[in-house]
Amino acid sequence: MGSVTVYGPPISTAVSRVLACLLEKDVDFKLVNVDMAKGQHKSPDYLKLQPFGQVPAFQDEHATLFESRAICRYICDKYANRGNQSLFGRNGGGPAERAQVEQWLEAESQSFNPPSSALVFQLAFAPRMGLPQDPAAIELNQAKLAKVLDVYERRLGESRFLAGDEFALADLAHLPNAHYICAAGKDDMFASRKNVARWWEEISTRPSWKKVVDMFSAPPA
Amino acid sequence: MVVKVYGKAQAVCPQRVMHCLVEKGVPFELVHVDIDTMEHKRPEFLQKQPFGQVPYIVDGDLELFESRAIVRYLAAKYEDRGPNLLGRTLEERAKVDQWLDVEAINYNPWAFPIVFNLFVLPIRGLPANKADAGAAVDKLNKVLEVYEKQLSKTKYLAGDEFTLADLTHIPATRYIVENCGLSHLLDDKKHVKTWWEDITGRPAWKKVMSFVETGGSNYSP
Repeated sequence: MGSVTVYGPPISTAVSRVLACLLEKDVDFKLVNVDMAKGQHKSPDYLKLQPFGQVPAFQDEHATLFESRAICRYICDKYANRGNQSLFGRNGGGPAERAQVEQWLEAESQSFNPPSSALVFQLAFAPRMGLPQDPAAIELNQAKLAKVLDVYERRLGESRFLAGDEFALADLAHLPNAHYICAAGKDDMFASRKNVARWWEEISTRPSWKKVVDMFSAPPA
Repeated sequence: MVVKVYGKAQAVCPQRVMHCLVEKGVPFELVHVDIDTMEHKRPEFLQKQPFGQVPYIVDGDLELFESRAIVRYLAAKYEDRGPNLLGRTLEERAKVDQWLDVEAINYNPWAFPIVFNLFVLPIRGLPANKADAGAAVDKLNKVLEVYEKQLSKTKYLAGDEFTLADLTHIPATRYIVENCGLSHLLDDKKHVKTWWEDITGRPAWKKVMSFVETGGSNYSP
């Protein structure tokens, strides 16, 4: 197997999304920190890897990629026979199962990610960066996220995970933002919805995610 | 049985799906969803698309929502027909997914408030948020500067062939250029302008526009 390198701080939600996928797939990797406080993500060298100056960037012997969900899709297909083999629908599940995973992965990126990212910034990162929180933004995005979680509550009453009965990329993609929201004390949004609570408990206690969370407090490489 | 696309013909996301179907020479029926009378927020519709958005498709037994998930599904299902929209190798596919996600996560969040505030709200006679639109224009311009660099190296975003990554940009960008008085955003960037003229000059896209303009409901290649 060639060498996989992920560039970015592990505490970044998008970086940790990729790390969770690599760990689920049992793929070894090297993590190279990018010091965002020092503006390293906007340095000419880094912009060659990721022209928008965002994290993560990903390299293996065949590809240099960005966008965490695109990287996850590539990892699932490239390492199809390693680790968890049903992240993109079961082996032999066919295009319809894969399409269901794609559908909920898009729902995550289009409906869940915008309000949850805003909340993660306000609740977890603004304080860390010494920036003032915006109560109006918190209230607005909490209300938007609540509507999304209401949809998830109905869906998760019909199936164990979002795309079906197996943990898949569509569920994995939610881990980082939901983790920070819960860690900041807003876990009632998840806990108060019975099916969402069950789902969150299952996905957040997976060994791969626990390893990622451990990396949040490890010293940077 | 013909693929059914549920949505309003003038809406951006259904147009993405229709363009993909026309590129692939796949017949479809467009089933009109009356957005103006909030049909998409009524219980019967929410059974099919729980976020209350268009489009969703029905393809035999499969029902699917999220236009970018739908076009990935269609491009894979009909990979042997029409132009290759997904890349031919794993690495090419990863580039397509990467730029598709750039459109979804870096481009669309700015394109949407521009079209919504400068086109949709005014034609409904509703007050628009010009500040939001202005801020979005600045952000979109910065994203297009990155596109300019990429398109100076490759003919299309993911490489030298037209793919889904280019396709998904077209409907919203057309509104920005033609209905929001912002054509300079693309015209003042040499490679972006060439790319835009090329992808909107594709016969399949012209057929979609003609279909929309004539109020079509059944498309046959």
